[in-house]
Amino acid sequence: MPISLVNRHNSNISDNSSNYINAEDTLQQAFLSLTNVSIRFGGVDVLSSVSFDLARGDIGCLLGPSGCGKTTLLRAIAGFESVFSGSIRLNGNVLSDTNSVVAAEKRAIGMVFQDYALFPHLSVLKNVLFGLHGLSKNEAKSRASQLISQVGLVNKERSMPHELSGGEQQRVALARALAPAPTLLLLDEPFSNLDVELRESLSRDVREIIKQSNTTALMVTHDQLEAFAMADQLGVLHHQHLQQWASALDVYHQPGTQFVASFIGQGTFINGVMESVGQVNTMLGKFERNLKGVYTAVTSGDVVSVLLRPDDIICDSQSGIEAAVKSKYFRGATFLYTLELSNGEQLLALLPSQHDYAIDEKIKIRPKNSSVVVFKK
Amino acid sequence: MPSRSSLIWSVFLVVMALPTVLALSGVLSAWFQPDFKTLSHLSNYVLPSAIKNTLLLVLGVSVMTAIIGVSLAWLTAVCDFPLRRFFVWALILPMAVPGYVIAFAFVGIFEFTGPVQTGLRELFGNSSWFPSIYSYGGVVMALSLVLYPYVYLLVRNAFQTQGRRSLEVGQSLGLSVRASFFRVSLPMARPWIVGGLLLVIMETLADFGTVATFNYDTLTAAIYKSWFSLYSVSAALQVASVLLIFVVIVIVIERYSRRAQQYAQQRNASLNTQRISLIGHHRWLACAACATVFTMAFLLPCAQLIFWAWPNVAVELNSSFWSYVWGSVSLAILAVLVIVGLALLMAFTARTQNSLFTRTAVRVSTLGYALPGTVLAIGLFAPMATVDEVLYNLGAPSHVLQGTMFVMILAYSVRFMAVAYAPLESNFLRITPSIDAVARSLGVSGIRMLRLVHMPIIRRGLLTAMVLVCVDVIKELPITLMTRPFGFNTLAVRVFELSSEGLWERAAIPAIAIVLVGIVPVMILIKRSDNDAH
Repeated sequence: MPISLVNRHNSNISDNSSNYINAEDTLQQAFLSLTNVSIRFGGVDVLSSVSFDLARGDIGCLLGPSGCGKTTLLRAIAGFESVFSGSIRLNGNVLSDTNSVVAAEKRAIGMVFQDYALFPHLSVLKNVLFGLHGLSKNEAKSRASQLISQVGLVNKERSMPHELSGGEQQRVALARALAPAPTLLLLDEPFSNLDVELRESLSRDVREIIKQSNTTALMVTHDQLEAFAMADQLGVLHHQHLQQWASALDVYHQPGTQFVASFIGQGTFINGVMESVGQVNTMLGKFERNLKGVYTAVTSGDVVSVLLRPDDIICDSQSGIEAAVKSKYFRGATFLYTLELSNGEQLLALLPSQHDYAIDEKIKIRPKNSSVVVFKK
Repeated sequence: MPSRSSLIWSVFLVVMALPTVLALSGVLSAWFQPDFKTLSHLSNYVLPSAIKNTLLLVLGVSVMTAIIGVSLAWLTAVCDFPLRRFFVWALILPMAVPGYVIAFAFVGIFEFTGPVQTGLRELFGNSSWFPSIYSYGGVVMALSLVLYPYVYLLVRNAFQTQGRRSLEVGQSLGLSVRASFFRVSLPMARPWIVGGLLLVIMETLADFGTVATFNYDTLTAAIYKSWFSLYSVSAALQVASVLLIFVVIVIVIERYSRRAQQYAQQRNASLNTQRISLIGHHRWLACAACATVFTMAFLLPCAQLIFWAWPNVAVELNSSFWSYVWGSVSLAILAVLVIVGLALLMAFTARTQNSLFTRTAVRVSTLGYALPGTVLAIGLFAPMATVDEVLYNLGAPSHVLQGTMFVMILAYSVRFMAVAYAPLESNFLRITPSIDAVARSLGVSGIRMLRLVHMPIIRRGLLTAMVLVCVDVIKELPITLMTRPFGFNTLAVRVFELSSEGLWERAAIPAIAIVLVGIVPVMILIKRSDNDAH
């Protein structure tokens, strides 16, 4: 079992926190701040004790399988759900806690929905104008036009939503949310209704637009590539808990829990035994234990799971480690092999397709890296 | 999270549910203060025959509408024969004719001095063998011909989604076409047949005008007579409470059958299945069956009305006729504003404050569609009289409420709230919740959200609700008759008064006006079913 540890800055436990010396600064700059937020529906925890901070101007991304509560969390920040305990703060002001809730319409938080939710009876311009109260007619109009041109829809001002393509509707939704200059922008699976190709280009554009307007944003998605493309900070939600909150690179290379390790990217686990706190012994030999980032506490003698990414394995005829090909999957430049070690443990290996190994063929392999991430079993 | 605004909405919902609860408790109060003298009179002389007649009528009309509705639905949905496309919508038209109109048209056509018997006498010299129209058969025929469209519409829809496939499944398992129909298609359509029949039964239980015209004494007629002939409110309440028992039974069955409809709904409607082309004389038999029903239910009564009205048009279209028109129209406008306005607020509340309390309140508020107008009128009369008495004792003038427009509109809103609510609700359901969330995140909520976002999106539903309520109010008879302010007249009341005095020629013109108005929602219905499937 991975020990569930949810620490706010990835640094509390780490003794080698050179990457995170800015944690204190981050804390001071925290713009959106969730502290031990729990949300319950009908007596059942949907989210339990979630904490993280997002700095001003950053784009955060919550990633998780469907049903993990990520949309609920977003809706709580927007003010559509109340929290059972904990608090949500924005720019130092409490938005939600156990005792008080600021109504959604008073939060000045913009939101972009999965289905865009454009008002079907209003033109593009009027959709964008909708949230611009308290401005003179001309001011509102020039602000709306500015946003519409920013999202690249200058000559679509008069179009009705149903006349637009999915990508265009998405842009209108973004312009409408940004028009009142929200203190925070929330995006709920904003690209899931689009073609894969459009998704990539649009997510780049959206990041650009959000950065340009200097808006702090939090996005929810189940697509990790989308999250990697958009996020400055990335959180992985699973089983009601925030498993990790860190940069995308760290989440991939220093996963905080076994779930994160298997959910982000591909990976297999093989057994290992801790020789000392810094060394682990496996079928593939001895490894240094990776001590960057978050890790679970283990002592020597503990049996642990060792994370191996498919690209961590390379072929080496000099190696003394032999593995049998159990299945293979052609991917163009590479084959993805499932290999079986002599003790029956299986692992994935991504090998160049110049060599086409047959099923049951024995090949010699070795690990590429000398340090690995381990999890207590 | 309880807040001030959700408290206001809760109070609103309670107020909305109150009239229905008042009317029901008004009727039930009869059981707590029984008047034994009237009770023994009722149980000796009135109730046995009224209950027997009511149940027989329900039975007869159910059987007739089931036969007519199901067979016509099958023919027009699955088969092909000459004029099928015309009959698909023409067979819905009889819905536009109120029962009390077809009733006096039939009486006029088939009674001793009417054209049919006169013609028979000219041919054979004698027509005494012709059954009297003032009979059980007469009422059942008249009511069945205006009510079968409920069954027809629902079942046709079911057959259309089944398409020919249900038959083919039967045939592939070795059944003949006929056996497949009875063993596969018909059982598959059962939830809809039951649903249609329950609507028919509710309408039959509620009917007052038709049975009154035929002098066929049912429970509704007994309520009216107890109140307006015997001047005994308590007797009327006792009878109403008996009728209420039957209504409750029907409501309970209806709730169950709706579940069955959901369960039986098919995901993939087979839209493009081929029809069965009838061959030989079957084509003309099918055509003749449709034509007969259409003629009897619509053409014949309308022709009779026009025949009566034509010579008198110049005389009858006088200022008093227009005053009845104005009475109906002004009443309809007022009722539409009140009922649709309240239904809109209620649908909005149900959307924004979804809870068990809300759902219960909405359910109670829309229960009135099942309550007969006579029951409602007398049920509301009792509490209103109590309120009047209390106010009078406090120094107010007497009869502040009784006999006012207020009570009439109150009764209408109980009866027709569901009519207005259903199209609004279904339109609201089509707006995704994220639309509301977006509006709120842009700082627009509450009534402003209703006005700026919801109302423009659901305007079609609003229009439908308005048309339906308007037409129902204009056609409505017993509530108007029993709660109207003194001297207030509408077209419906005028038709009833004239026809019950046997002045059919004069009743024909306001009756035609009502039928013309009634065609409007039927046309909407036809257009909608056209859009659904072709």
